[in-house]
Amino acid sequence: MSDTSHGIGGLTYDKSKRQWPNELNVLGALILIVIIFEVLGAIFMGQSLLFDTKDRFDSIFNEQRLRIIIIQVAIVGIIALGVTQVIITAGIDLSSGSVLGATAMIAMSFAQVSVVNGNPNPKAIFGPAFLDLPVIVPIFVGLGCGLLAGMINGILVAFSRIPPFIATLGMMLFARGVAQWWSSGKPVSFPTDSYAVIGAGMMPVIIFLSLAVLFHLIMNYTVYGKHTYAIGSNEAAARMSGINVPRHLVLVYAIAGMLAGLSAVILTSKNLTAQSGMGLSYELDAIAMAVIGGVSLFGGRGSIIGTVIGALIIGVITSGFTFLRLGAYYQEMVLGCIIVGAVALDQWQQQRAARRA
Amino acid sequence: MSGIILETKGLTKHYGGVHALEDADFILRRGEHVAIMGDNGAGKSTFVRQITGVEQRTRGTVIFDGQEVNFAGPLDAREAGIETVFQTLALADDLNVPDNLFLGREATKWNFLGPFRILDYKAMRESTMAGLVKTGVKIPNIRNSIANMSGGQRQCVAIARTATFASKLTIMDEPTAALGVQETAQVENIVRTLKEQGESLILVSHNMRQVFDLVDRIIVFRRGRMVADLDVKETDGQDVVAYITGAKTGAQFEGAA
Repeated sequence: MSDTSHGIGGLTYDKSKRQWPNELNVLGALILIVIIFEVLGAIFMGQSLLFDTKDRFDSIFNEQRLRIIIIQVAIVGIIALGVTQVIITAGIDLSSGSVLGATAMIAMSFAQVSVVNGNPNPKAIFGPAFLDLPVIVPIFVGLGCGLLAGMINGILVAFSRIPPFIATLGMMLFARGVAQWWSSGKPVSFPTDSYAVIGAGMMPVIIFLSLAVLFHLIMNYTVYGKHTYAIGSNEAAARMSGINVPRHLVLVYAIAGMLAGLSAVILTSKNLTAQSGMGLSYELDAIAMAVIGGVSLFGGRGSIIGTVIGALIIGVITSGFTFLRLGAYYQEMVLGCIIVGAVALDQWQQQRAARRA
Repeated sequence: MSGIILETKGLTKHYGGVHALEDADFILRRGEHVAIMGDNGAGKSTFVRQITGVEQRTRGTVIFDGQEVNFAGPLDAREAGIETVFQTLALADDLNVPDNLFLGREATKWNFLGPFRILDYKAMRESTMAGLVKTGVKIPNIRNSIANMSGGQRQCVAIARTATFASKLTIMDEPTAALGVQETAQVENIVRTLKEQGESLILVSHNMRQVFDLVDRIIVFRRGRMVADLDVKETDGQDVVAYITGAKTGAQFEGAA
């Protein structure tokens, strides 16, 4: 019984038996990637990616580039926060990009101004009664659309035994159809000034990071988080332990849908227009962020922190390729390799941990 | 408080035309350890399932802790104080020991937050420690996920639930069927600890040596009926086998099978 002789009743913590947090690996990968770009930058471009090499004293970082890196991942990052929770339940959400598209069209229709440059708004979807509404209306409509789509996903997954892949694939096609049908493919533009504030400047980043902190706390310190991990880890055990699994799944998918709705509001506000093609393939980017961040597609493992670092990795790679003046083709090839590599590395570590125990 | 923790009268279960369990009269005293033996399909598991509310009985009464009970499901039974250790482990691999022990009945604060109420990790950790000390279960580090623990350790975690929640009756359905020799010994040690602490136990097992080592009384089922109620001090393995195979039937059960 040598393997059980450490500690009496678990009263002592054997440090050698302590687990290495997976987030540190992901953070290590981020640092490694930054170093690679710094080295390549120094060799080929003669400048640094993230650090300020000019003779200024106010900052050691290249703040402009850091800002670009985080802004470009913030909106997909918000979706990834929801997708992370869905994947932890051993599910998947393919619909978030299309839900963003549909929600963008619908929410924007409630955010339009009546007068553009002295003329009536040429893009107005509804009559005058629906123009110049207070900003709270499109926000609620946006969150509500996302919530509704997410709840439908959740109900399909939880009660009809349709695999999450199929249920959310259906929603993906359906919601994209709605986005195109809404205004027959025409863009919806000219929002009110107050609506335009939501996604202006650093707002997407502030919202993304606030939500990341909020969901990190929820996933680690609330019953909701514990049950989310439990369902992904062993659904039968969760059910036997008295967790209302279907109700919980509906809640998880609804939250994911609502976050997609929120990112639609932010994106349309940032772009000042909504188009039916918005959010195309965002669901895959969000899944990529989660997977690179160490979220296991088999469920039960992963974290919000991991996903945020995963989002930063994607941001750094995108910026890094632009910085090195390499085309987008290479960028996607490398991203593909990194996703597969991240999962392969994770599998290898799991197996090694299992052998050691 | 009577000395009897569990009593069944005329407990019967029919699956359509199959009489899986027929008129089982059973008594378990407080602090007593009883084994249920019998061939496959003899009605052992059916009997246990009627008590724990996994299935609804066709007929008969179950009296638990002095009150007649009708459990709608296993959760009701658990709330009343019947803890079941399943053969297939009902544990979530990616959670640590306290999380698993408290799964579905977490200690919480700020309950007005509904599903987002806050977990009371400290209280759960302390209860877990107390439960582990009480049962003598040794876990290298309770904050580790149980994914990399041995089968024996995992089964011990499942059993430690019993001690943590101060249940009145523990039912173990072949707890060592999937375990190696060392791990089986480990689980058996914990069962002995439970005995010392006066915990009542029903043990379903095929393992003759284990049964004679651990329990006070052996109940034998054959073809859906109880055919023997034996004190371990007054019987031996051959005797029990005779009852299991049908070569003998207990005096008080004459005419039953």
